[in-house]
Amino acid sequence: MSLFTGVQAWLDERFHWAELIGPLKKKTVPIHKLSYWYFLGGITLFLFFIQVGTGILLLLYYRPGANEAFESVQYIMTRVQFGWLIRSIHSWAANLMIFTAFAHMFSVIFLRAYRKPRELTWLSGMILLFLAMGFGFSGYLLPWNTLAFFATKVGTEITGRVPVIGHSMMVFLRGGEEVTGATLTRFFGFHVAVLPGLTALFVLIHLGLVQYFGMSVPPGLESRWKASPGEARQMKFFPNFLLRELMAWYIALGVLGALAAILPWELGTKADPFAAAPAGIRPEWYFMFMFQTLKEIPAKLWFMDGEVVGILVFGFAGFLWLLLPFFDRLGRGRGRRLIMGAGLFALSYIIALTIYGYMAK
Amino acid sequence: MDTWRNNGFLRALFVLLVVSASAGKVFAQVQNTCLDCHGALDPPLQVTEQQFSTDVHSQKGLTCASCHGGDPAKADMDAMSKAAGFRGKIQRSQIPELCGHCHSDGAFMRNYNPSLQTDQLSQYKTSVHGKLFAKGDTKVAVCIDCHGVHGLRPARDTRSKVHPLNIAQTCAHCHADASYMKGYRIPTDQFAQYSTSVHHDALAVRGDLSAPTCTTCHGNHGAAPPGVDSVQNVCSKCHVFQDQMYEKSTHKAAFQSAGLPGCVVCHSNHGITHPTDAKLGTGPQATCMQCHKPGDVCDQARVEMLTGLTRLDEAFKNAHNVLGLAETSGMEVSQARLDEDQAGDALTKARVTIHSFRQDLVDHDIKEGLQIASKTLQTAQNALAERDYRRKGLGLALVFILMSVVGLFLYIRQLEGHAPKV
Amino acid sequence: MGLSEAARIQPARRRLVELLLGGGVLSSIAAFVYPVLRYLIPPPVPDLGGDEVVASKVADMKPSSSKVFRFGTRPALLLMTAEGEYRALSAVCTHLSCTVQYRNDLHQVWCACHNGLYDLTGRNVSGPPPRPLETFQVHVRGDEIVVSRKREA
Repeated sequence: MSLFTGVQAWLDERFHWAELIGPLKKKTVPIHKLSYWYFLGGITLFLFFIQVGTGILLLLYYRPGANEAFESVQYIMTRVQFGWLIRSIHSWAANLMIFTAFAHMFSVIFLRAYRKPRELTWLSGMILLFLAMGFGFSGYLLPWNTLAFFATKVGTEITGRVPVIGHSMMVFLRGGEEVTGATLTRFFGFHVAVLPGLTALFVLIHLGLVQYFGMSVPPGLESRWKASPGEARQMKFFPNFLLRELMAWYIALGVLGALAAILPWELGTKADPFAAAPAGIRPEWYFMFMFQTLKEIPAKLWFMDGEVVGILVFGFAGFLWLLLPFFDRLGRGRGRRLIMGAGLFALSYIIALTIYGYMAK
Repeated sequence: MDTWRNNGFLRALFVLLVVSASAGKVFAQVQNTCLDCHGALDPPLQVTEQQFSTDVHSQKGLTCASCHGGDPAKADMDAMSKAAGFRGKIQRSQIPELCGHCHSDGAFMRNYNPSLQTDQLSQYKTSVHGKLFAKGDTKVAVCIDCHGVHGLRPARDTRSKVHPLNIAQTCAHCHADASYMKGYRIPTDQFAQYSTSVHHDALAVRGDLSAPTCTTCHGNHGAAPPGVDSVQNVCSKCHVFQDQMYEKSTHKAAFQSAGLPGCVVCHSNHGITHPTDAKLGTGPQATCMQCHKPGDVCDQARVEMLTGLTRLDEAFKNAHNVLGLAETSGMEVSQARLDEDQAGDALTKARVTIHSFRQDLVDHDIKEGLQIASKTLQTAQNALAERDYRRKGLGLALVFILMSVVGLFLYIRQLEGHAPKV
Repeated sequence: MGLSEAARIQPARRRLVELLLGGGVLSSIAAFVYPVLRYLIPPPVPDLGGDEVVASKVADMKPSSSKVFRFGTRPALLLMTAEGEYRALSAVCTHLSCTVQYRNDLHQVWCACHNGLYDLTGRNVSGPPPRPLETFQVHVRGDEIVVSRKREA
């Protein structure tokens, strides 16, 4: 008896192991022209694991606090063996993860995987996207360099413009009226404790729901396969699809390593709260489309402040976006077309405004 | 007219009209009725309340009568009463004595500003302006030409004509005016030249108030060009090391006996541009070769010094470039940048040592500088080596990853009997 | 794919695949684990010294003397006054960033570039410097003199 089967027998005697993993062994993945998009969720999860891993390693040397944060990151980059690698991987994987999360979301829209019964999967996924962007925003400040300091200042300032609750939200985020060392401490707490806890919870929910409902198939194909079941092509998850996912993960790892070695993440200059803001302050790319939109809105729209209108529109749009699956069954086909249209519009808008934001300086 | 003078009622009416017409007056403490009429007149008699309120004298409680005489409490032409000492327009020839009447009185000025100097008039008398003035020339500058009048601000005020940022313009008002200066037989290009200088750049462009302007070298009230023998003293106020070295050098004795003005010989007086190594060369900016003959011992020393400096400059630039390359490749080089600053300092030091005109001293500094530059270069090259090491490591890791991916591919094919298809 | 089919594939080919896959996975795992293990070992210099630096030993400082040391990425000056008090100042002149020095004859800090002078508390007293020198805190710890940045409130 090999080691592998020996261990399995040992587990089975205690935990009914064979029964537990039985359903998993039977799990299949539908195969069709668009199956490649199924990888995106897994890659996002993989990148999250990378983040947790490199994040924990960084925690061994990073010191939060306005006096030490920048120097500790500099220390990691210059003195710690392979510190440059861990830190650059962490920064790059963060951006890649948000990118794949967005791509995953849009693929779900266009492949219409949000439909009943998967509404809660969509909801939990959207929450995960917001958490990921929260990770990005809080993590960006931690090196305490000039760009991050002022980007945080601007970002929290915009939060403060929300009517009624905006100021309280801003004070909560900043740990005070201004961005100071207290903000750094607070963001650190969010970044390493609050957000990971929430994300772990929602990842479990999201994955659990995905396991429960299985992989969604595009509607046209779904009805065809229902009509003639013989046409349906499925692939076993263990080991076939998993091996392919492993390939994808390995490639992602290679890309990350190359980025870290050839395009290392910048250190910048230490933040000086009393210095004037340098020209060209802008947020990270995944906030750029919102930032640029707010800049384009005229200062006054009818009687209201232009920026506030922009913020409210985005807030409302985000709210509607959360409820996307519930619009699907409106009218006959109308809801579906609405959602596809909204998805297409959102994607084009985000791409266009992001590009514009970078060019218009 | 008799009616006017003798009719008390008419005069009272006039007073009432004038007083009500000048609503918005601010003079609560001190009465200064002169401005009631003179504010409404046309230039050159015009002095408005707004203008005079900016004057430091007015702010200290002085009135028109303090200089012009008369009675500032009287409301009409009576204010200009000869009996009350009214002098009318002050002649230019009377101005220095008039201002000096208060400003040279130590006891009087102590009431207003104990730390203000009271030697302006006596200094003025030693100046070129003062000496010509004493001979009856009223075209020269008197107090009000530089300080202004009726709206005179203290020198600390950035709007004052004698604030350091504005002094050059004030002097240029006359000294750059060729037609005004005709007959004085001095050049009128000083301001134009100064505007090309490093000092002007520091002061007007960078806002460094410690940089010299006209009065820094020429004096303000006792303005005169420093004598040929005094130029070095003037420059040495800031340029201490250059002065110390020049003092001990061969050029000091040589220039002094030839009656040449020290620093100005090589650096010029007004158009002091940023000196470059080209001054040591043989091109259009060559300074040494303006006096020295090609082939003589000084020329040889010059060549040695220039060669040394050029070598150090190139070593420094080389280290700088390699460091920049390392930095853009993503290497963290802040420590190396600190070392690089020291190399830059060494180069500056070597250039300052030229003023000793001793090749051996310059050589010594250059050697020190070269050591630092080579250390910086070493650090930069280490950074590049580290970068290459990382890339090699990356290459190796990518090879392993490629092996794994290909292995997975083949394994799937083996398992399924065909190339992996999703 | 059935077992019989699998058996038809030449054993050599299968060996190659297994080797490639196994070797690749193992070596790539090693390539990840190696840097992580090295990372976990603390570097010899435990501190970058951005916040706190040992400037000198107590024995090395005499009254009316000074020492230039590196503090973060900039030079700094440690002084001992005639009365025996320690002072630590930034050595970067506030005029044009030359490195200043302590002048024992003047009991002041002097900048050679343009003759700027500061007193021993860092205040600019004469010449071009527009601002005082930044001051740091000094503590004596055992036989070491430790200089640290002033804490943010």
